[in-house]
Amino acid sequence: MNQEPLIKLVDIKKGFGSQLVLKGINLSIYEGKTTVIVGESGKGKSLIIKHILGLIKPDSGKVFVFGKDLNKMSVKELKDIRSYFGVLFQNAALFDSMTVFDNVALPLRERTKASETEIAGIVNEKLKLMDLEGSNNKFPAQLSGGMRKRVGLARALVLNPRIVFFDEPTTGLDVAKSNEIYRVFFRTQTKLGYTAVIVSHDVPKIFKLADYVALLHEGIIQDCLPPEDFQTSENPFIREFVEKTMGLIYESQEVEG
Amino acid sequence: MACFCCILYSIEVVFRSANHHMIVLKLIEKFGDLGLYYINQAGRMGIFLFNVIISIFRLPYYKVSNITKQIYVIGALSIFVIVFTGAFTGMVLGLQGYNTLRKFGSEGLLGSAVALSLIRELGPVLSALMVTGRAGSAICAEIGIMRNSEQIDALECMAIDPHKYIMAPKFIATIVSMPLLTAIFNVVGILGGYLVGVKLLGSNQGAYFSSMYKDVEFQDVYMGIVKSLCFGLLIVWICAAKGYYVHYERSGGFGAEGVSRVTTYAVVLTSVSILVFDYFITSLLI
Repeated sequence: MNQEPLIKLVDIKKGFGSQLVLKGINLSIYEGKTTVIVGESGKGKSLIIKHILGLIKPDSGKVFVFGKDLNKMSVKELKDIRSYFGVLFQNAALFDSMTVFDNVALPLRERTKASETEIAGIVNEKLKLMDLEGSNNKFPAQLSGGMRKRVGLARALVLNPRIVFFDEPTTGLDVAKSNEIYRVFFRTQTKLGYTAVIVSHDVPKIFKLADYVALLHEGIIQDCLPPEDFQTSENPFIREFVEKTMGLIYESQEVEG
Repeated sequence: MACFCCILYSIEVVFRSANHHMIVLKLIEKFGDLGLYYINQAGRMGIFLFNVIISIFRLPYYKVSNITKQIYVIGALSIFVIVFTGAFTGMVLGLQGYNTLRKFGSEGLLGSAVALSLIRELGPVLSALMVTGRAGSAICAEIGIMRNSEQIDALECMAIDPHKYIMAPKFIATIVSMPLLTAIFNVVGILGGYLVGVKLLGSNQGAYFSSMYKDVEFQDVYMGIVKSLCFGLLIVWICAAKGYYVHYERSGGFGAEGVSRVTTYAVVLTSVSILVFDYFITSLLI
């Protein structure tokens, strides 16, 4: 971990009303690595991502992206930084009045000067990468959950981002579909070499993809470790989490047989 | 008087009770909270309008197709409603006007009465109310759903400014459409008045049009156009901002119910503001 982190969160605090959700988040994300944030549902995992994206301002603390303080940036600088980001939202957040093709083409149309033929080439290539050929003219409402997420991923990757954020990429999908998402993820990351930040509670499967796993508990990142170290960590909260999520379903070995 | 004393007495009882200061504090807190909320909301809407207006004039270029599509949705699709309401408004004006003017023996003024009331007042106001109901509610609901399903967040993450990409075309389209729709409303209304006043009730055809030529001046048309432009801005501003900030709603702006509540509120607020602003614009221009 000697290199400079690409993204650094320093003591981020955020509350809603009287409830403090994030109580001092410290987290570093390194280039080319996959960092997974795990933790219970509804405890602010997605909120961390929204802070990094600059969609939410922290009550106190700092977010550094490429070494610059996100909350001191001008609108233009923030725009420039965001052009390095790709985001897959929890429910894919596709534009429901546009076809699959137009959804994926939107960043190219609005942000680049590419001609329609170039755009068609890039979009079709990305859709092919996601095994989505032939769905160009469908609307998001006509797609299954897994397909929608793959379209979302295609849209996130269309401008070749340096960092891609995944907000619960497999929640609500069956095992086969979620494996498919992981395969697509692995394939695209090897091909495009982006840094990934994943929020997930699909433990232990997600450990296979992770370079670092961070546990959010009680509004604090307990630790950020490689998956092997994470599973053997002495931190009581991490131990409890690992036991809860990876332990036996039955009460004892005998019952489980 | 007795009633007033009764109220005073009950207030005194409340104040004398053991925890009266608690009640007073609670009341102040409630009012303060409400006041802050509305000041906040007004500020947000002001910033929203400012951002949209800035974004309208900011490069990059516009896609003309985005604006024409919105003009079609907001303007062209409202034409039927406008023609229908315009015709009946004109007809009822013809009917009422004829019967009233006949009492004074001045049926000849029917044309100018119908035209002036339409051009100066009823045309802009009624067509604005119709557009609020038809297009304003749609704008609010559409943007509210985009907000709730994270589509607006997604746009921001792609470094596409939602003010420029979603709002600006709607603003331009509404402000362009409103005067045109009002003009259609006026023309159809005048023909409706003609149909009832002249064809049905037998007022003089020549008098109907010549009184109109004589009495309607540029000042009247100008007032109508200014009104319709202002109402167009009001409609799109309130409806779009309400949808855009649905997640800040006090009563919880999430889900389908949040969007439906905010849409209702936007339509009511827009309609009321149209009538209020109508008075002030009239008093300035008259």
